[in-house]
Amino acid sequence: MTDIAIVDYGMGNLRSVHKALEHVLPEHTIVVTSDPHVVNRADRVVVPGQGAMPNCMHELNRLGLHDAVVDAARKKPFLGICIGLQMLFEASEEGHVNCLNILPGKVKRFPPQSMVTTDGQKLKVPHMGWNQIAHTLEHPILKNIDSNTRFYFVHSYYVDTADTAIVAAQSHYGFPFTCAVAKDNLFAVQFHPEKSHLAGLTLLRNFAEWTP
Amino acid sequence: MGLAKRIIPCLDVTNGRVVKGINFVELRDAGDPVEIARRYNEQGADELTFLDITASSDNRDLILHIIEDVASQVFIPLTVGGGVRKVEDVRRLLNAGADKVSVNTAAVLNPQLVADASSHVGSQCIVVAIDAKRVETKTDEPRWEVFTHGGRKATGIEVIQWAQKMQSLGAGEILLTSMDKDGTRNGFDIELTRAVSDAVDIPVIASGGVGNLDHLVDGILNGHADAVLAASIFHYGEYTISQAKQRMAENEIEVRL
Repeated sequence: MTDIAIVDYGMGNLRSVHKALEHVLPEHTIVVTSDPHVVNRADRVVVPGQGAMPNCMHELNRLGLHDAVVDAARKKPFLGICIGLQMLFEASEEGHVNCLNILPGKVKRFPPQSMVTTDGQKLKVPHMGWNQIAHTLEHPILKNIDSNTRFYFVHSYYVDTADTAIVAAQSHYGFPFTCAVAKDNLFAVQFHPEKSHLAGLTLLRNFAEWTP
Repeated sequence: MGLAKRIIPCLDVTNGRVVKGINFVELRDAGDPVEIARRYNEQGADELTFLDITASSDNRDLILHIIEDVASQVFIPLTVGGGVRKVEDVRRLLNAGADKVSVNTAAVLNPQLVADASSHVGSQCIVVAIDAKRVETKTDEPRWEVFTHGGRKATGIEVIQWAQKMQSLGAGEILLTSMDKDGTRNGFDIELTRAVSDAVDIPVIASGGVGNLDHLVDGILNGHADAVLAASIFHYGEYTISQAKQRMAENEIEVRL
């Protein structure tokens, strides 16, 4: 029996997610896996990921992981990170691909015309570095993390959803955008808790203790 | 409220040890990389950069073990560069625990590497390191050229155009080092930093020449850098990362405290 399965679909650095989870949960069995059966049998599922969305969707299908991920996102404690957040929505502007369509909304690129501060400074894309997250929901996964704590971000696309009820936290980069969503058994973040030092480790520990 | 400017300590590593040289020569031992990485993390470093300056290929794998060690103890972004020639090298470093890989000489010899690597692993993982040197011109306009092989070899390539080209090929960030300033402790080449940062849409890390905390402030406010990189002022305990952040905050620069 696996406590936590980290879904490996060949995109990005899963080692850091694995190491960070092991660091906060030394007693747990945590595996990195491409096997849908292992994902199906795990108590909790983490879907990280970096890279281009079309490749991500392609690999997810090719490895037969699509259904296992959708199933996990509907049924058990599920944590999406970065691309693992974006893929939950309807479609992405990145390569114009359809995503998993579990949550309403689209993934959009930071628009060049908005990437400027109030005092006229250019905002670079990717949005890279430590930004603050402002909680919009009280959620067990954000326990012991103050609103406006900084997390590490690196992305050029963001989630745009009209369903404000699922927005758990927002950040500001040119304009406010959704950086965390929550619905039932599912929690997903745009930032990288595995790279966000103490606050990130707290979030990962909260996920392991969470009973939705 | 918003994105913080980053302070990135840089660890030049050779044969498993952190060293620091002046103008890329005269190396001095500065300690154990894992130990130093842990210390900077505790002080609040926003990222860490490791440059493998091992000259021969014999000890190349040492850096992989160092990164594995650091990545299992330090949970902030790690960039690794030095000796990266192929997409396979990028993959190996990412698998060892690096979050970003920086390419320098190899990008000049084969710009397609930047395109190939970024399409495989994503732009956010690919940093292009540019070693820039001021060259004489007949006009008043300053001109900088790209140098390779640790600053020893001129390429004739103009820096600003090169930075733009790297962006269009898929670089996610630029690590810009002034070869004129590196090791001098006289501050960044501000003109160079601003010229490059204003010419691209991706983040630029200023590097080379930091001798005190005001230089870091200058790199952000006047150089328009998105992040500042320094080595010796931190290695020998002159300043801590927290002092650097404090100084930046006093100058109304947004930092992660």
